[in-house]
Amino acid sequence: MTSAIVVSGLHKSYGSTHALDGLDLEVATGEVHGFLGPNGAGKSTTIRVLLGLLKGDDGDASLLGGDPWHDAAKLHRRLAYVPGDVNLWPNLTGGEVIDLLGRLRGGQDPKKRDDLLRRFDLDPTKKGRTYSKGNRQKVALVAALASDVELLILDEPTSGLDPLMEEVFRQCIEEERQRDRTVLLSSHILSEVEALCDRISIIRRGKVVETGTLADLRHLTRTSIQAELAASPNGLAQLPGVHSLDVEGNRVRCEVDTALLDGLMKQLAASGIKSLVAQPPTLEELFLRHYEDDAAEPVAATR
Amino acid sequence: MNDFAGTTTLVRLALRRDRVILPVWILVFVSMAAGSAKASIDLYPDVASRVSAAETTNSSPALVSLYGRIYDPTSLGEVSLFKLTSFGALLVGLLAALLVVRHTRAEEESGRLELLSAGVLGRYAALTAALIVSAGTVIVLGLLTAVSLMGTGLPTGGSFAFGLTWIAAGLAFAGVGALTAQLTEGARTANGFTAIVLGVSYVLRALGDSSADGGSRWISWFSPIGWAQQIRPYAGDRWLLALAPLALLVVLVVAAFALIRRRDVGAGLVRPRPGPATAAASLRSPLALAWRLHRGSLLAWGFAFLLLGFVVGNIASNVDGFVSSEGAKDFVEKLGGVNGITDAFLSSEMGMLGLLASAFGIQAALRLRSEETALRAEPLLATGVTRYQWLASHVLMALLGTAVLVLVGGLGSGISSGASLGNMGRQVPRMLAAAAIQLPAIWVVTALVVLLFGLAPKLITTVWAFFGAFLLIGQFGPLFDLPQGLMDLSPYAHTPRLPGGDFSATPVIVLAAIALALLVAGSTTFRRRDVG
Repeated sequence: MTSAIVVSGLHKSYGSTHALDGLDLEVATGEVHGFLGPNGAGKSTTIRVLLGLLKGDDGDASLLGGDPWHDAAKLHRRLAYVPGDVNLWPNLTGGEVIDLLGRLRGGQDPKKRDDLLRRFDLDPTKKGRTYSKGNRQKVALVAALASDVELLILDEPTSGLDPLMEEVFRQCIEEERQRDRTVLLSSHILSEVEALCDRISIIRRGKVVETGTLADLRHLTRTSIQAELAASPNGLAQLPGVHSLDVEGNRVRCEVDTALLDGLMKQLAASGIKSLVAQPPTLEELFLRHYEDDAAEPVAATR
Repeated sequence: MNDFAGTTTLVRLALRRDRVILPVWILVFVSMAAGSAKASIDLYPDVASRVSAAETTNSSPALVSLYGRIYDPTSLGEVSLFKLTSFGALLVGLLAALLVVRHTRAEEESGRLELLSAGVLGRYAALTAALIVSAGTVIVLGLLTAVSLMGTGLPTGGSFAFGLTWIAAGLAFAGVGALTAQLTEGARTANGFTAIVLGVSYVLRALGDSSADGGSRWISWFSPIGWAQQIRPYAGDRWLLALAPLALLVVLVVAAFALIRRRDVGAGLVRPRPGPATAAASLRSPLALAWRLHRGSLLAWGFAFLLLGFVVGNIASNVDGFVSSEGAKDFVEKLGGVNGITDAFLSSEMGMLGLLASAFGIQAALRLRSEETALRAEPLLATGVTRYQWLASHVLMALLGTAVLVLVGGLGSGISSGASLGNMGRQVPRMLAAAAIQLPAIWVVTALVVLLFGLAPKLITTVWAFFGAFLLIGQFGPLFDLPQGLMDLSPYAHTPRLPGGDFSATPVIVLAAIALALLVAGSTTFRRRDVG
């Protein structure tokens, strides 16, 4: 497996603000990689370093096998980027911007361009100043998706889209995956990442705190269990990895470390299981687990 | 009267928003008039000194076209203040029009007016309130100016007539602002239209004033600034002339109200049209994009420069008409005869064109920074475009744009002065050379923007301070006897004076080399810094 993006120990400060604090990130070629974190965690800063717009203070970054700072323009022909804030030139139409950006990259597929315009329901004859936020985002998305490139870098691409268009976006990314294009999708929308991404990196205060497939990550967390038993359970409280145990007669509710699920099941089975509901942790719970302690301390704003 | 509901509230809102800036502007104008009067009064202790100063002025086409004529050479007030009569009227007009647009179209564009319109607000309320604020400002400004002029010892009648000159121009252009604010969706475009009307008014006045007696002096009467100036403070005080700008205000405001009735909130009279769905085949490089972004303003500036060139050349050919009095003849002889004074006039006007073109160059190069902060550079730099290519695209527009402007101005002045002097074949190349020689200094200032962009992007607008300092050094340095070393800091001080003067290649080469060094330093530092 080759890697489209490898970042290790990346540091970046703006004045006294430490935006990136030894960030590691690896995106394999052909995968859709979710880059997850709240506003100000350092997602955009990482992406800007990868695009050679910012120079990292320390650490290494490699993009498509090259140095993002020195070989910027050469590498950029092989990728397309959708910024989080899309601003268009007031006097250019959306269609003109799409064509211009496509030509400045490695070229674009005119058939796919028209198809995307139709699917995103975007009028390409309107001038930049008259588009709403969502429509400006669509212009950048169409330009990126229609481009003939290996890598898509999308920075919160759906923040201005309505649910209908978000669905179109998900289908488009699904198609990109099938074409084996690599996608780095930064987002704070958990359901989107959960639905689309092969692997996920969770970033917190300029560091990646968790990385892996959703299954890997779930493995590290708790599954919630509700069971109705034939008899009163016993010995549950002594089991390793069982939390928030709540026993009411024959009914049991608890959470268990997913790695230690087996022990709990055996213990429950010993009392005879009449019904069982097991819920894997949602990404939201995963996410909150990493951010819970942040609520107490203010997060430094970066950007 | 429902259409005017909420006007008082809006007036109070506007005064609240402008509570600092309005008093500051009023103070600036009042102290400018009083300070100038005080400084000049001591210069002309007796009638003879005034008459001689007035004759010198009236025989200089450059001064007459820039400031207007002195009608009563014996009048202390007029000789002291003639430089501020029409020039001040121009600035007051600008202030009045900007105020109207600021409180109407700019509010509408930002969407804030829509927020208020949802409450009880008549459709004429915003414009009425803006006009009240603008007219009120201008009237207070004019009256305080009059009082401050009286305080310097000048006659009461003339002082109030002077204040009225400014009030009249302000009211006329408040009307212009009211109308232009209705035309387009953007406040910037509205201000652009206003600036064009102001510029044309000033040029018409300059054309008329600098015409020979009995010639085309009537041209001034097509200009609201001309009307204001013709009140002739301290030289007849023709009060009734103030009715003309007032009538213009009424006509323009009625027209603006009629337009408001016909349009939606937020919309302009000129609707934005849909454009092409695909880009032209030529739009495939950063340079092509830069051309798209700069061409509109370059076209407008180019047209203005051509017009200005024609005007300048035309005034130059009027020089004969100035040489009527004996004193003026002496003055002219000292300057090297009629040819000498024509060339001297043309070379100083070319210097003015060079300064104006620099303003375009600065503004075009500043686009680099505004594209960066508006996050429009980022998507381009994330494509195959290198930083050097992107930077060069805008810098080229700035450098070549200034070249086009001065050459167009030179061509216009060459044609019009050549046509009336009867030696077009000689005059056109002379004027083109005189125009081209301005470029190295212009490019130094433009390249300074690029250096700041690379080195200290957050401080980039300080380039205007540099520009202003160069301008002041050039205009007032000799007057205040500044040391030569300080005056030499301005790149404009080294431009050879053409036509007529001696050409020397050294300063031109040195200026060009400095510009090149600044460009190289600016682009390499930009390559090394963070974007955004």
